[in-house]
Amino acid sequence: MQLLQRRTAGEAIFDFMNNVFMLIICFVTLYPVWYVLVNSFNEGADAMRGGIYWWPRVFSLGSYQAVFANNGIMTAMGVTIAKTLIGTIVHVFFTAMIAYAYSRKELIGRKLYMLIGTITLFFGGGLIPTYLLIRDLGLLDSFWVYIIPAMFSFFDLIIFMAFFRELPDALEEAAKIDGANDFGIFCRIVLPVSMPVVATIALFHGVYQWNDYFTGMIYINNTDLQPIQTYLYRVVAQSSSNQMMAAAPGGVAQSVTSQSIKLATMVVTTLPIVLVYPFLQKYFVKGLMIGSIKG
Amino acid sequence: MSTGGKNPQPQPPVRSGRGASLARKWVQQRHLQTMALLGVVWMIIFHYIPMYGILIAFKHFDIIGTISSAPWAGLEHFRAFLEDDNFWYIVKNTLGISLLKLAIGFPLPIVFALFLNEIRSTRFKKSIQTISYLPHFLSWVILGGILTTWLADTGMINQLLLAWGWIDQPISYLAEPSYFWAIVVSSDIWKELGWSAIIYLAAMAGVSTDMYEAATIDGAGRFQKMWYVTLPAIKGTISILFILAVSGILNSNFDQILVLRNSLNESASNVVDIYVYQVGIQQGRFSYSTAVGLLKSVLALILLLIANSVTKRVNNTSLF
Repeated sequence: MQLLQRRTAGEAIFDFMNNVFMLIICFVTLYPVWYVLVNSFNEGADAMRGGIYWWPRVFSLGSYQAVFANNGIMTAMGVTIAKTLIGTIVHVFFTAMIAYAYSRKELIGRKLYMLIGTITLFFGGGLIPTYLLIRDLGLLDSFWVYIIPAMFSFFDLIIFMAFFRELPDALEEAAKIDGANDFGIFCRIVLPVSMPVVATIALFHGVYQWNDYFTGMIYINNTDLQPIQTYLYRVVAQSSSNQMMAAAPGGVAQSVTSQSIKLATMVVTTLPIVLVYPFLQKYFVKGLMIGSIKG
Repeated sequence: MSTGGKNPQPQPPVRSGRGASLARKWVQQRHLQTMALLGVVWMIIFHYIPMYGILIAFKHFDIIGTISSAPWAGLEHFRAFLEDDNFWYIVKNTLGISLLKLAIGFPLPIVFALFLNEIRSTRFKKSIQTISYLPHFLSWVILGGILTTWLADTGMINQLLLAWGWIDQPISYLAEPSYFWAIVVSSDIWKELGWSAIIYLAAMAGVSTDMYEAATIDGAGRFQKMWYVTLPAIKGTISILFILAVSGILNSNFDQILVLRNSLNESASNVVDIYVYQVGIQQGRFSYSTAVGLLKSVLALILLLIANSVTKRVNNTSLF
């Protein structure tokens, strides 16, 4: 970079404008989220008057108290936490295990196995045949409908394989001499040294499990088994039609409104992801690149 | 990663001998085979059985019977969809929303990545990236909640427009079909801009600094370097992602539209995926809605093949 001379006036203007442009994008990205946060901490009835842009006008934790006192929301939250934890562990372990077997060159039938998987990337049965399958498997209204149909992904397998291929052969040969079988080698040696890619896939799948509302919507009737996103979907879909029916907010005496509970639920639902993802960022950027280049 | 010798042993000419050694090898790797076959079994159940289930599109399937026992219907369900009153506006909405997303949503992340690549401070660049892909991790349910809050009659957009005197009456944006496409496309860009830019930024990181120095000596300005150095360097990446975008063109984001649609904006929000869900899951017309879904998949496959051959010809890059 020695060759670069002093910045010219044109360069300086470019840099300045570019920084401003980026700051605008950051603002546009963050502000809607901030707006929800601020309004959720404002007293509900007062928030209905509007005009709260930067900071709560009448600070209140009432909406949050209402959220945490609501059994329906808390049950749904518990279902979401359970399905995210169990689903992620099962998905990562199962997909990694198959990817490890697929990545071994001596595996007989490897080409055929890869073909079977590649086809699933481009063709599928669609909504109705899948629904009928889930029904026939007896997974309707069962917690396992969140786990079993999502426990494997061929796309994630490709990312795992790209990583496993880079591992030195000597690692496994030493264990082979000690008499370990392939499954033992996978569990005790390969998986522990593959933490970057495990973290990537765990984040992707964890986010999927946390955010998925569709599975809970079509396969689950029992409200005790619905996840928080499905619960929220019903609240959001309802309140948007309610707002159109009765737009006039006049004469609301309660301090907590359905709107403020909705906002507080949204914040509570989003917080875990916002807290977790900056820590995993360096992993998933790497993982995404491996997947995109080799896939 | 093979554990055996480096050179493959010469194969014995007798077939039975070869089969026997293959069988012995298979027994040796039985743990490995079990692991691999678990995956195959899972894929057969959750991917291949539903593919077989597509047959009901050509049958009169009802809930009580099985797929094989249902009487054949030929192409009746396909014809019924083509003659349906909803057909044209469903096709119009599906294609319209998808093409808008492709035309606006595809190039914008490239532009964003180009400009982000020009930021000199690494720390500033990192922070912008972290912020820009935050929305990717929020669910469409949350974004639907944010959007309905902002676009409501008493929401922020109406309040500002009223305060500035640009409108006299609050506008119910989500109740107006004419606004729906714009809302869908812009909220999608808002959610995915930063995330889509990651791959381009990764590709740009691989461009050699010599090229930029050479361009500097030749007197190129910043825009010229972006246009003549960076952009050609990531051409291959752009092509691959373009093919993928085209193949997904008819999947006009089911999750997003399901959250934002309502009975008032239906004429602009009903797309194939929503229709399949409504007719199939909610009304139980399994055969008909499977036929509609299959028609869409076939169209998507044709589009994928077209995009693949076009980029192959223009750019010599292709998926297969």
